[in-house]
Amino acid sequence: MLAREWIGRKERPVASHGHNFGFIDEGSKREVRRAILKAVAIPGYQVPFGSRELPIARGWGTGGLQITLSIIGPDDVLKVIDQGADDSVNAVSIRRFVQTVTGVRTTTATRESSLIQTRHRIPEEPLGPGQILVLQVPIPEPLRLVEPSEAQTRRMHAEADYGLMWLHLYEDIVRFREITIASRYPVLVNGRYMMDPSPVPRWDLPRLHLAEALFLFGAGREKRIYAVPPWTRVEPLEFADHRFRVEDFGGRRCAHCGATDTYLDELVDDATGERTHSCSDTSYCGKRRDGRAG
Amino acid sequence: MAYVAVRGGREAIESAERYLQFQRDQGPAPPLEVSQVAARLHLAVDRVMGEGSLYAPDLAALALIQSAGDTFEAAFALRAHRATLPRIAATPAEGTGSMRVIRRISSAFKEIPGGQHLGPTADYTLRLLDFSLVEEDPAGRAARLEAFMREAGSAAPAPETFPKMIDILRAENLLADEPGAGEEAPFDVTREALRFPAPRSAVLQTLSRGETGGLLALAYSNMRGYGAVHPTIGELRVGFLPLRVPHPVTGRIETLGEVKVTEAEIISQFPEAGAAPRFHLGYGLCFGHNETKAISMAVLDRALRQRGSAPSEDAEFVLSHVDGIEAMGFAGHFKLPHYVTFQSSLDRLRKMQGRDAGA
Repeated sequence: MLAREWIGRKERPVASHGHNFGFIDEGSKREVRRAILKAVAIPGYQVPFGSRELPIARGWGTGGLQITLSIIGPDDVLKVIDQGADDSVNAVSIRRFVQTVTGVRTTTATRESSLIQTRHRIPEEPLGPGQILVLQVPIPEPLRLVEPSEAQTRRMHAEADYGLMWLHLYEDIVRFREITIASRYPVLVNGRYMMDPSPVPRWDLPRLHLAEALFLFGAGREKRIYAVPPWTRVEPLEFADHRFRVEDFGGRRCAHCGATDTYLDELVDDATGERTHSCSDTSYCGKRRDGRAG
Repeated sequence: MAYVAVRGGREAIESAERYLQFQRDQGPAPPLEVSQVAARLHLAVDRVMGEGSLYAPDLAALALIQSAGDTFEAAFALRAHRATLPRIAATPAEGTGSMRVIRRISSAFKEIPGGQHLGPTADYTLRLLDFSLVEEDPAGRAARLEAFMREAGSAAPAPETFPKMIDILRAENLLADEPGAGEEAPFDVTREALRFPAPRSAVLQTLSRGETGGLLALAYSNMRGYGAVHPTIGELRVGFLPLRVPHPVTGRIETLGEVKVTEAEIISQFPEAGAAPRFHLGYGLCFGHNETKAISMAVLDRALRQRGSAPSEDAEFVLSHVDGIEAMGFAGHFKLPHYVTFQSSLDRLRKMQGRDAGA
């Protein structure tokens, strides 16, 4: 059974490893799923939920993890990445935990997975229908940049009062001739709610727009869940005379696979101090090197 | 190829765990026992139970051993364990008048009905390092215990309960009535996300789960000048409250045991326009013996209800930042790799400097 079929089911799978399947108790999982359903129904709207403590620290992906644990089914194939890499220590730690409490099969191959939990990246390969990408979110409120009070930002969302953010972007251009927001670039979802896409680079934002997959965002510490359902408009904020732009790698290519159309990590050589670049999405890079993609 | 890389990350984590375990094992000192920590470091245990919001002395002691004495980590482990436990019942709202008191003082009056009872405290002890503890003598300890018990046996029995000081002030019409308390079904911040304005039960629960140092820093800022609370301790109590829970079948309230708590009631003068001058109450209650926390909580409770302009008087500011587990987790997460976002920042900076991208 896959996550997408699992949502809304009443039977519970067998408990494993001394904990309930998925660690969290069934009542709490149901609560998270209800929040997810509401989030899907109101794209980009932050749904408050009673975030539970997990054995992984707050701020280390507990929001994404609660979503993953609440929707995962025994037949799901899980992929976990951090910074685009399957071998990043935090991805390893989260994968190990989910595997211990569910026993599901894991993979590094984007296309083979039914459920992907990620921090800071959206995989380079387009996700297909039925795939779910769970993003870990440190600060779910895009307006926090311009307004510290939660009571205020909730009012601003209710009234679609986003003037402060537009003003911030405008002032950036006036002062620096550039919008200085690097990652966590604010987007407008379905023409209504301003949304924080989590700290993914600007490079990844076009892949949220009219996508075939379901994107779920979880902020454990801040206790919010939000979603971008398939085929939803996701538009980065931009002005008619100052367009949104993704990161520019100046035509540089990946030292491993030669790609010029991927997000690159910049590496400094120990001995020579020389800089090289390589794909941040290690699975995609490996696939290209194996000649299975071009 | 990617699979090999995954194994690399896993091996690194497992090695790090073995190194940490080695640090706990190395040297000639015998390992700590749970009962030892629960008995000898009971104040640390109390602190961890309060911040972990789970009353379980043995589990808190275990968490302290596991975390090598880091109270943040210990409270975190206790909270994670708490998340696996179902919530089976809610205790009825009751006053604390039935507390079995071991310590009770008031700084508002010299003599109070029922008397001042210092109980166990180091308040008046010089904090000189006691080198006799380096080589504790079992015979000396036994003799001390025997003498203490003999003295206690011959002392006049303490009253079962004590009158509450604030009731006396209330009877004299000196204390303002606080509307709203006890009228609503309590909000549970472990089940629902905190929203603002927060109901009073959520405020008290959040403060009671708060990290001692965090509460202290904010309360101190208020008392010291960034705020208007000038507290007098109406009453500070340490003692045991009966744990009373409705029977799942009959619904009758049954006493299951008792819970050690610290309770602080501070009074503060607060001028209100158009109202007769009265004292106002600030309330603090936490698990275990932790007077610094209970007093800080009471000061913050008072500060939040004054709705002033100081940081400690802003409910969102205080309640969003006093949880130690959340604060520690977020501060610690910056240790995680951030090279994707940093690369993105480099792109912005180079662009603004007008330099070649990616150079």
